[in-house]
Amino acid sequence: MNLRNAVLLSITLFALHNGASAQQLIADQSSISFTSKQMGVPVDGRFGKFEAQISFNPKESSAAKISFEVDIGSAVIGDAETVRELRKPVWFDFAKFPKASFQSSAVKALGAGKFEVAGTLTIKGRAKPVTTTVQLSQQAGKTLVEGSFPLKRLDFTLGEGDWKDVSIVADEVVVKLKLNLAGVAPL
Amino acid sequence: MHISTPRYSLIAIALHWLLALLILGSFSFGLYMVELPFSPARIKQFNWHKWAGITILGLSALRLLWRLTHRPPAAPAGPAWQKAAAQGTHGLLYALFFAVPLAGWAYSSAAGFPVVYFGVLPLPDWVSPNPALADTLKLVHRTLNYTLAALVTLHAAAALKHHFLDRDGLLRRMLP
Repeated sequence: MNLRNAVLLSITLFALHNGASAQQLIADQSSISFTSKQMGVPVDGRFGKFEAQISFNPKESSAAKISFEVDIGSAVIGDAETVRELRKPVWFDFAKFPKASFQSSAVKALGAGKFEVAGTLTIKGRAKPVTTTVQLSQQAGKTLVEGSFPLKRLDFTLGEGDWKDVSIVADEVVVKLKLNLAGVAPL
Repeated sequence: MHISTPRYSLIAIALHWLLALLILGSFSFGLYMVELPFSPARIKQFNWHKWAGITILGLSALRLLWRLTHRPPAAPAGPAWQKAAAQGTHGLLYALFFAVPLAGWAYSSAAGFPVVYFGVLPLPDWVSPNPALADTLKLVHRTLNYTLAALVTLHAAAALKHHFLDRDGLLRRMLP
């Protein structure tokens, strides 16, 4: 079974299990990327594999429930050496913490397709509150969700020991979301 | 009437020795830093190496402009093959002053690390991130460097031969 079929199957199973209210993430049309700065140099990375469980109606956004699970092993950044480094205990400690997750706590409609999503982000076993504003736009039955938020890598002990030096790798990492959802009611 | 000086102009002499220091420094530093394990120190040194390379590129452009607009002092009399060899070496050296940093810059971009001069001024990427291209450019950068090192050695050996064996005063034209 190829990845696409696996994704479609899991979406279908997921939809059946959760009933018609659940929305689906179209994984191959979505991206979670991040930009970290090394001595002023922006280095782009992304996560190739992530899953979401979304229950969201734009008209009743306060009842929305959104959760994400991101496969840390699918992270790609810079060159091969940087990718290897990222999995080490001083960074993501992939062996111990193979997944990062997000669980929404409140979703607020801001008007004009904008929503404020607050929740808890857990990376490397450390949970921190995050808030992001996303812009929704709908076309041909799909809903594009775009947004970004900054996080402090040291809040999650990403980069320990010598790597705590923020003059080399900046503390702030900007996470960018571009998600395509299916099954969202009209805005 | 102005009597032509046997020496290079002060600007040419200053640029020659400044670039000699920068190039020798960046070359040795490059050999050292690639052996370092992945660490903050390594990132710091790679960035300093890149900044030095961009400085070499900029100063070399100034130097070429100066060289094209200012006639160098006449070379001492000597066999035609030596004049041709000297001219050829100088031409190749100039080409490498540009090719080596340009290859390094392209390698950095291809590896996914744009160059930000002194951590402040982002320089454009003229190649896109591409791991296969990065491997090729790394090899190109290294090969050009070893070629440059060989030519610099030849250049210095020829200067010393003129100074100590021929005693023709050639080196004095470029001494600070």
